[in-house]
Amino acid sequence: MSDTILEMRSITKTFPGVVALDDVTLTVRRGEIHAICGENGAGKSTLMKVLSGVHPYGTYEGQIVYEGEEARFHSITDSEHEGIVIIHQELALSPFLSIAENIFLGNERYTKTHLIDWNRTNAEAQELMDRVGLVENPTTPISTVGVGKQQLVEIAKALSKSVKLLILDEPTAALNDNDSEHLLGLLRNLKAEGITCIMISHKLSELMDVADTITVIRDGHTIESMPAADATQERLIKDMVGREMSQRYPPRERHIGDELFRVEDWTVYHPTQPGRVMIDHANLNVRAGEVVGIAGLMGAGRTELAMSLFGHSYGAHITGRTYIRGDEVHLDTVDDAIHHGVAYVSEDRKRYGLNLLTDIKTNTTSAGLYKLTSKLFGFVNGNEEIKVAEEYRSKLGIKTPTVMAAVTKLSGGNQQKVVVAKWLYTDPDILILDEPTRGIDVGAKYEIYTIINAMVAQGKAVIVISSELPEIMGISDRIYTLSFGAITGEVPIAEATQENLMELMTKEKETLK
Amino acid sequence: MTVPRDAEPALIDDEAFLIPQPKGGSIWAYLLENVLRRNGILVAFIVIIVALSIWQNMFLSPSNLTNLVLQYSYILVLALGMLMVIVLAQIDLSVGSVVAFTGAVAAVLVVRMGLPWWVGVLAAILSGTLVGAWQGFWVAIVGIPGFVVTLGGQLIFRGLAQLTLNYVSLSPFGGAYYGISNGFIKGWFGGTSFDVFTVVVFAVAVVGYAVSAWRSRMARIKYQQSVAPLPLFVLQVVLVAAVALFFAWRISQNRGLPVILIILAVFIMVYGVVMARTSFGRGIYAIGGNLLAAQLSGVKTKAITFWTFVNMGFLAGVAGVIYSARMNSAQPAAGVGMELDAIAACFIGGASTTGGIGRIAGAMVGGLIMAVISNGMQLAGVSQGLQPVIKGLILTLAVAFDLWNKRRTSVAA
Repeated sequence: MSDTILEMRSITKTFPGVVALDDVTLTVRRGEIHAICGENGAGKSTLMKVLSGVHPYGTYEGQIVYEGEEARFHSITDSEHEGIVIIHQELALSPFLSIAENIFLGNERYTKTHLIDWNRTNAEAQELMDRVGLVENPTTPISTVGVGKQQLVEIAKALSKSVKLLILDEPTAALNDNDSEHLLGLLRNLKAEGITCIMISHKLSELMDVADTITVIRDGHTIESMPAADATQERLIKDMVGREMSQRYPPRERHIGDELFRVEDWTVYHPTQPGRVMIDHANLNVRAGEVVGIAGLMGAGRTELAMSLFGHSYGAHITGRTYIRGDEVHLDTVDDAIHHGVAYVSEDRKRYGLNLLTDIKTNTTSAGLYKLTSKLFGFVNGNEEIKVAEEYRSKLGIKTPTVMAAVTKLSGGNQQKVVVAKWLYTDPDILILDEPTRGIDVGAKYEIYTIINAMVAQGKAVIVISSELPEIMGISDRIYTLSFGAITGEVPIAEATQENLMELMTKEKETLK
Repeated sequence: MTVPRDAEPALIDDEAFLIPQPKGGSIWAYLLENVLRRNGILVAFIVIIVALSIWQNMFLSPSNLTNLVLQYSYILVLALGMLMVIVLAQIDLSVGSVVAFTGAVAAVLVVRMGLPWWVGVLAAILSGTLVGAWQGFWVAIVGIPGFVVTLGGQLIFRGLAQLTLNYVSLSPFGGAYYGISNGFIKGWFGGTSFDVFTVVVFAVAVVGYAVSAWRSRMARIKYQQSVAPLPLFVLQVVLVAAVALFFAWRISQNRGLPVILIILAVFIMVYGVVMARTSFGRGIYAIGGNLLAAQLSGVKTKAITFWTFVNMGFLAGVAGVIYSARMNSAQPAAGVGMELDAIAACFIGGASTTGGIGRIAGAMVGGLIMAVISNGMQLAGVSQGLQPVIKGLILTLAVAFDLWNKRRTSVAA
């Protein structure tokens, strides 16, 4: 057996009007963890689709040599047959089927009479679950377990197909720190068992930690391939963006003014489970020209807090008071919130932020449409609307030839800018950003930070929710920590360290009082 | 709710953008891109008309064109409301029953009790609107899917139609009520071989169309938007004018300008503007496209859903009047299956089955395709059993064609 399991030679893949991959070469050694990183749209996923047969043989140029022979995969079935399994970022599990059923979906375990053998299915599932460290009953429905465990189910499913080369696309993007840690440990175990792994990730520290080799792809070209031991954050970022990023966070002069927004005694109950407190007597404030960060682990209630403040969009039996510039306001509906100058950029742009069926223009004006609407009959001024959309396109640097283009044609970072544009157009005084840089690349992140700086420079208040501590420490003036629905701390930026924030973020309610 | 997985867009920079751009600005490229791609169904409609007029030389005769208008207008009225419901990602299965029920209400008042015709009209439309409010309440406020609410409505209002009529037909309406669907305006300006008034009305409408098309073109230029090349624009206006005037000239040789055509034109214009140009229409598209995003953008989702169903009920009441006037009677079994014709019109016209996409103009063309095919088959004497088979095939093929056309040009719906 040769030392190299996979060699992709001079892969070129074009779509109508665009070259997605241009002469890309990738060499993967047997039994290593090989990380691929690059900005969104660099071509990482396309490369993996070529490898797994999603883009069949003949639709690309170049050669794939797998296990010493040229591979010609015509479909994903062909590549799986050879032991190549790809796990997509958005998991492909059937929510109402059990863990065991999902593991053997399309690969069922039969009795002699060709009926499904449930005992064998569940027993074999249990073995695979033990292997990946998943502590659950095999008959539990997928929809009742968390994302981290679902990811493990995907891996168990891959193992059931005797995987030799496992491809993971952003496996930890949706996971919290504990689950990420577990997953990375599992990858190391699989490596010890001799399974080769290709992993696409944005999280540089994580891939420097777990990978043996790192390949950087930019604009459809391989930039370089290096042993992980030689990699530094600076080198990877430079390779990814093609320029030196001396600072990850743009500098800002701080001019902090009077209090703009204050929340007192904010308590929110779960919308469907009576008696379950999601937010517990939260107090917070934000001043003009100030960026306030809210740090908390998954499930701490960050999004619940933001959405309940934003027009009671989440929760039931909401009590508490909100003040804008010292006057009490009632933000009972989204409409109230918008008209009081509160805007909320949600964490999941595809689910909560965009109408994916329509164009950039319509999405840009969807929250501030009242500004373009006549009082009588509610006519929308379509031409003025185009002008507005164009203005925000150039202001935020949304990369598109026309605002009439469908939002689905944009990369993640540009889609996020459309969502931000939509809320900036409502001219908010208080902007709440929920995970504003999730799943977007380093360059686009920097641009989002620049927009935040521009907002506070105009004397507005910004609240940022983020699960990445370095980010929240990089942009905030003051940080609140949230744990189990309660505010557990308020830390000025000068005193904040990852350690003391993490301590506050994991504080349990009982120990609070 | 599942959001389709967005393949990582192979987007690198502006030059390499995937949107097909008109190549070199040539007229043919523009035609191919814009006319065929966006209006594939219109092209299909024209092909069907040409084919029918060759097959049945009666098809374009003055009397048949007039009949076409009289016979199928209620489908178009229903399709207006249905399009809005479908774009909202809902459906209304009750409209056929509501047509029967509202016709029955009018008949009881006008035929049985001898009240004036307009009392019948108002009562029918009011009862349709109340039906819409009832269904809108369950869908928008309580949150039951429209499919279920209106499936119940189909049974409820069919039953109420039968009870209202006491299981028998009521006829005749006669007089002005009958005239709504069977009346004509002619002879105001004289004319012997053809009615001058009819042609003048169409001519005025054509001029109005040309002026508004020119003004919107000028506005687009002012806002630096792309427009069709000028010769093509002129050609488009001339073609529309020619078709409209040909139609006017033909029907003017028969009985003149049908009253129902005026009513229909007003409705189509009003609803076209509501969907394309008002914030209410925008709200409907936003809700159908992504309900959660619409809610979080401050769209009043409940109110818009409620009023869309109220409007559907209102239009079902209008269709009830038109249909009973056309039949000159109200029957317990009137309107069976009409909801399916209206739904088919929307889907043929390019509306998406999952909401968020669809245009009034498309639904109208879809409705006309259904109408001319039915009419053509009747002219040709196609057997009763074969007619629905052909209509069903057309529905399936039309949507398949639309899908293929969109995929071919790789445009996101």
